[in-house]
Amino acid sequence: MYRYDEFDHQLVRERVKQFRGQVARRLSGEITEDEFKPLRLMNGVYLQLHAYMLRIAVPYGTLSSRQLRKLAELARKYDRGYGHFTTRQNLQLNWPALKDMPNLIEELATVEMHCIQTSGNCIRNVTSDHYAGAAEGEVEDPRIICEIIRQWSTFHPEFSYLPRKFKIAVSATEHDRAAIRVHDIGIRVLKNGLGETGYEVWIGGGLGRTPIIGKKVGDFIRREDLLSYLEAALRVYNMSGRRDNMYKSRIKILVHEIGEAEMKRRVEAEFEEIRKEGRLQLPDEEVERIRRYFAAPAFETLPDQSAELDAEMAKDEDFAHWVRQNTVKHKTPGYAIVNISLKPIGGTPGDISSEQMEAVADLAEKYAFSELRAAHEQNLTFAHVRKQDLRAVYDGLSAAGLATPNIGLISDQIACPGLDYCALANARSIPLAQEISERFADLKLQHDIGRLHINISGCINACGHHHVGHIGILGVDKKGIENYQITLGGAADEIASVGDIIGPGFTDDKIVDAIETIVMTYLDIRQEGEIFLDTYRRVGLQPFKDKLYATH
Amino acid sequence: MQLIKDGAFIADPWTHVGDEDALPGAPDAGVIVSLERWQRESNELIASGRPLGVQLKSGQDPSEIARDLEKLALVGLEFPAYRNGRAYSYASLLRQRYGFKGEVRAVGNVLRDQFLYMIRCGFDALEVTDNITPAIYAEMIGEFTHSYQTAADDRPAVMSLRQRLAAKNAAD
Amino acid sequence: MAQHMRKGARVQALTANRLQDGIVVYLTPDNRWSEKMQDADVADGKEEAAALLARGQAFLGSKDVVDVYLFEVEGDEHGGIRAMSVREAIRQAGPTVRPDLGKQAEGKV
Repeated sequence: MYRYDEFDHQLVRERVKQFRGQVARRLSGEITEDEFKPLRLMNGVYLQLHAYMLRIAVPYGTLSSRQLRKLAELARKYDRGYGHFTTRQNLQLNWPALKDMPNLIEELATVEMHCIQTSGNCIRNVTSDHYAGAAEGEVEDPRIICEIIRQWSTFHPEFSYLPRKFKIAVSATEHDRAAIRVHDIGIRVLKNGLGETGYEVWIGGGLGRTPIIGKKVGDFIRREDLLSYLEAALRVYNMSGRRDNMYKSRIKILVHEIGEAEMKRRVEAEFEEIRKEGRLQLPDEEVERIRRYFAAPAFETLPDQSAELDAEMAKDEDFAHWVRQNTVKHKTPGYAIVNISLKPIGGTPGDISSEQMEAVADLAEKYAFSELRAAHEQNLTFAHVRKQDLRAVYDGLSAAGLATPNIGLISDQIACPGLDYCALANARSIPLAQEISERFADLKLQHDIGRLHINISGCINACGHHHVGHIGILGVDKKGIENYQITLGGAADEIASVGDIIGPGFTDDKIVDAIETIVMTYLDIRQEGEIFLDTYRRVGLQPFKDKLYATH
Repeated sequence: MQLIKDGAFIADPWTHVGDEDALPGAPDAGVIVSLERWQRESNELIASGRPLGVQLKSGQDPSEIARDLEKLALVGLEFPAYRNGRAYSYASLLRQRYGFKGEVRAVGNVLRDQFLYMIRCGFDALEVTDNITPAIYAEMIGEFTHSYQTAADDRPAVMSLRQRLAAKNAAD
Repeated sequence: MAQHMRKGARVQALTANRLQDGIVVYLTPDNRWSEKMQDADVADGKEEAAALLARGQAFLGSKDVVDVYLFEVEGDEHGGIRAMSVREAIRQAGPTVRPDLGKQAEGKV
């Protein structure tokens, strides 16, 4: 993975010093909250319901075991011994005190981590495929260009006060695990007919109040031109994006208002001019320097089948179950990708204790080249594990309560922190996720239901990505009482779609029954081989609506 | 209000003139007018022989004065609120696209934590509140030794520094 | 906050977050900030509420608290007060999914 050189270290150290000064000025009363708020937000410090929250950047979701160990230590030292992985591959601490923040981020810097641009109207942490470097059919490791974008966008003087936040995601496989079509800019790495690597660019996707699928604006941007192209798109947005209404200030609204063709024209015109200036041309040497950091680890030459693994699977049904559900084919024979579920039945999606972080770090060191990933589905991934080591990994995860075999199943839900923590939320998300996982706790039933993504947001800002859940749940406030609206048919992958609202919402004591009715209806009417989304796309809302709102 | 020009705190030689105001008495005094006034009276203003400046509001793209730039010694760019960052792009365009060599001045809600970004985008003059001291200015501008990206100033991007360092190490 | 309040209710208390650590606090009758909601001063009706809010906002320029606002309360069965909205009830107690954390775990009610 990427390692800081002297320049990166110096910049992060200087940032810590700067923030230390800003916090001191605030605590001494020299500056007001109005003046301080944008400064703390640029460092990922929010004020939530119970306390401050610190959002720590995990660039494109890649972490070393050493970093995870440090996070465990910091969560224990400055927080309540746990952290929360978000849908943007970041880690949030829920209780740190403002006065401790400078020391906290100084300690983060010792393991090459920071909170830069994890909030504010700037270019946020770049996200990517959590299978990067391990996925079959990958054009190249998407993290190479992610790191280049991370550096280019850090403290970009022109784009630090955009109309609104700006999120970029990168994928390098046909199957999109990074949800690039629902980002402000989505980038797909691909090859042209000549075998050259370049980028397909999608602009104007996003969730929130107005969910929109992005438009493909660039078909093939050459590698050396990517930063010029991004700068062009950001400049068009910075100059023309609306600033009169925060709900209409994302780039998706600009694209919607001026139209896809006009957006493409403006970006291309600006791109041509910037290209002429030549200053953003990406030198091959820098790409190669960064590529070396993401070189594949020293894989052994192994047969794809592991007799040890087969024997263990034959012996232990629970283990076999976990292998089938939580591991994925690796591009290298004899290796597997291992997903670690942070969705135990009845647990909080994405939460992980300091002890669990340490257990994962131990296992990463022994079996996974000391590296792991945070997935946008709020799970963790070991990208490269020898098949013969799966048993040991499973045993270690089981001992830490991290071996729930439910990846992609109904209990593997995405949920934002909701009204239990978040100052913006209108309703709770976590208790709902917990109840749903308990209702469908039976693994046999979960397998029978098959792949089904339930995404839950506690407010219209849609941090829980409810619009793109196969079943989406949105919490709203109805005169001080929590109420939940259901959408069906959303998806965030290469066939992205925004879910359809099924009808009137449900109170918290009725919503889980409603979800059960929908799932049972699907089980009744599905055809051979269909998952929930297939059935929905075949039959539409009506059959579900009929069952859900039938008068009893 | 005070003026920082090329890093120095100086008395402002320019006068902001409202749309209905008469031009100041001294015939060689530089004046800054709005885009509207400029478009209405550019012939008269040019004929006056004074140094001329135009101030653009947020939403007034510098392309509107691109053809007039050789007649202008100053372009003012307004920050109606610090959150409104359009003028960073305007300044970048003036320098990088139009090659404007005159003064580019930041006007409005110009805060200390933004000085460095402004300078990097090509502003060489900042109208700041009276509580800003030379020490504060120096601190704000000096907070970061390096920059990851090129902008309208002459700082090299970190990737160029890396290349230089690699070349030097190879030569040693 | 308006969306969390019920129309017609009139009794309100004043809350904020402490600047240093963000902890939820309530304004007391003697103008201190207490972590316990039961220590909160209450305002009955519009005029008292405006006066209470003014007392709280006087702290905004200070380095004590941030985000000062009124919220609605009602009497509880023990002669104390409780928040009317789910949001304020959760702010007062702590996350409903972590009874081991927050004021509910610290005996601060």
